[in-house]
Amino acid sequence: MPTNELSVAVRAEDGVATMDLTGELDSSAEAALQAGYAEAAQSSPGVIVLNFAATDYINSTGIALIVGLLGQARSRGVEVRAHGLSAHYREIFEITRLADFMTIVDSENSALDGAERNEHA
Amino acid sequence: MTRLSNPFRRRRSRDHDATGAEAVPVVPQPVEVAAPEAPVDIAPNDPLLAYLQGASGAVGIEGLELDSPALAELRDAGVKLVVPLVSQGELIGVLNLGARLSEQEYSSDDRKLLDNLAAHAAPALRVGQLVREQEAEAATRQRFEQELEVARLIQQNFLPKELPELPGWSVSAFYRPAREVGGDFYDVIPLADGRVGLVVGDVTDKGVPAALVMSATRSVLRASAQRIIEPGAVLERVNEHLCPDMPEKMFVTCLYGVLDPQTGLLRFANAGHDVPYVKTAHGVGELRARGMPLGLMPGMAYEEKETTLEPGDSVLLHSDGIVEAHDPDREMFGFPRLKETVGSAPGGQKLIDRVLTDLERFTGPEAEQEDDITMVTLERSSGGERPVAHADGNVVAEFELPSEPGGEREAIARVASAVEGLGIEPIRLERLGTAVGEATMNAMEHGNEYRADRPVSIRILHDPDRLRVQVSDAGEGGELAAPEAPDLEAKLEGRQAPRGWGLMLIEKMVDEVRATGEGSGHTLELTLRLEGGTDADE
Repeated sequence: MPTNELSVAVRAEDGVATMDLTGELDSSAEAALQAGYAEAAQSSPGVIVLNFAATDYINSTGIALIVGLLGQARSRGVEVRAHGLSAHYREIFEITRLADFMTIVDSENSALDGAERNEHA
Repeated sequence: MTRLSNPFRRRRSRDHDATGAEAVPVVPQPVEVAAPEAPVDIAPNDPLLAYLQGASGAVGIEGLELDSPALAELRDAGVKLVVPLVSQGELIGVLNLGARLSEQEYSSDDRKLLDNLAAHAAPALRVGQLVREQEAEAATRQRFEQELEVARLIQQNFLPKELPELPGWSVSAFYRPAREVGGDFYDVIPLADGRVGLVVGDVTDKGVPAALVMSATRSVLRASAQRIIEPGAVLERVNEHLCPDMPEKMFVTCLYGVLDPQTGLLRFANAGHDVPYVKTAHGVGELRARGMPLGLMPGMAYEEKETTLEPGDSVLLHSDGIVEAHDPDREMFGFPRLKETVGSAPGGQKLIDRVLTDLERFTGPEAEQEDDITMVTLERSSGGERPVAHADGNVVAEFELPSEPGGEREAIARVASAVEGLGIEPIRLERLGTAVGEATMNAMEHGNEYRADRPVSIRILHDPDRLRVQVSDAGEGGELAAPEAPDLEAKLEGRQAPRGWGLMLIEKMVDEVRATGEGSGHTLELTLRLEGGTDADE
């Protein structure tokens, strides 16, 4: 079965770093996700947005990687948001209570809106 | 009066020592004869015995020259004439006569008279001896039979009078004690929530001692089964109770299982008892679990295993009286023959009948049963009542995958395509996919350690009200470490490793998850309910 290793593109703008996660979020994604996070953290953002719109698979190892990333971000006081999750993965984020520690929104716009509102607040 | 000493007396009296001693002193008291006062013992090696045996009639002992202590004793006692009592060529006693009161010698007429008397007295005496012997034998036999009867009564009193009715199941039992009642027992115990405890056991030893230990075991087991659900823990407790008072060299083997008739889940533990057989659509398997017999040593732990009995599956619990039965050439019936019978016969009562037929054919119809024979069969109906819906659980797909990182994606894809067209909602299919993926990952990583020679096998079963996916590893069985319940806060704060979500996801994604470990390896069965199927977690 051809695997689709994760690639991470980082866009940093106005204190928000967006990580576009394309491919599969499993054990093979660890290095790419770490590198992406390091890149996103360079801009010292207040918010990191994880864009799952092009993520086609997340397993328990992928969840563990997100937990690791979230832990790192929280220790630096960086808020993490997520969008682009399918209904199924959104349910998984709720079951694992990841949803309690990151804001999950429907679209990138709302993710950014929120960020802007936060900045203005 | 002369007494033959014990070894001699026993020659015809078998094991019953009192008999001969009392039979001999039938001594007529001829007129004019002074009887010696004390009986005289003749030792078996005393030459006098051989002499008397060969004598043709009354023997005057005065002129007799034999190196015989008994002869000397007889003379001292004033015996003059010894008349052998011979029946069927065997010396069974003697008449001893002292001197005639007239102080005359015994005449040839006297001797003839005495010989004549002896010839008539000997058979009568022999008859008397035989009657006594038989009475004594009968008394011993009666004591033995009474003891057996007591053992039988105890035994039967503690066997179930009737078996519980289980809708969708048939439970049958057979118990036939050997003549010398062994310590077999069985029990079917109704438990809370409709579950049922199944017991087959065997106490070493026979007769009343075995029956008493059996009754104690059965009582403790019944009491513990009501309080504790886990069969392993029940056996542990029974062992603790039995150990202090167990007679030396006695112990109890026992198989204890708990059946949930609703799901077919049978959890069991085994204290050194013969391994039960399970017959499924895939053949005959053994329900193995490790454990020492009860009553040997305190502090024993009993491995607990489980299996799910599908409609049509049946289980045979049995005692060693079957496999250890011998044929006329002393060959044992053995486990392979029993397994073969289980494989070729239907379950339930029919299986019991078949085992008995095969066993009789093996031992020969006249053979005495060597040990108790006990069987309990459990069969899940393949039709009728609730299992109707499950009866046609078709295997939709069955395949194996090599254990390699990322291999679970293939499992998800193949399960998805196999169940396509069954009309399952897409969101539920996605959940099933995640559960299958996680179960497969666990099997590949923990069960098979990503070894190339250990594939993961997946079986998909469908019936009208449920879909089941069985994911099996090829590991060596045994317990897999139970993961710590994931706690996100702890993970975020680094107090718990970030991983460890697999099992939680599996449990939340499907309606039912069940781990089974038949033989080697582990199987995780994931069930999606199809009728009105709401998720278990909702």
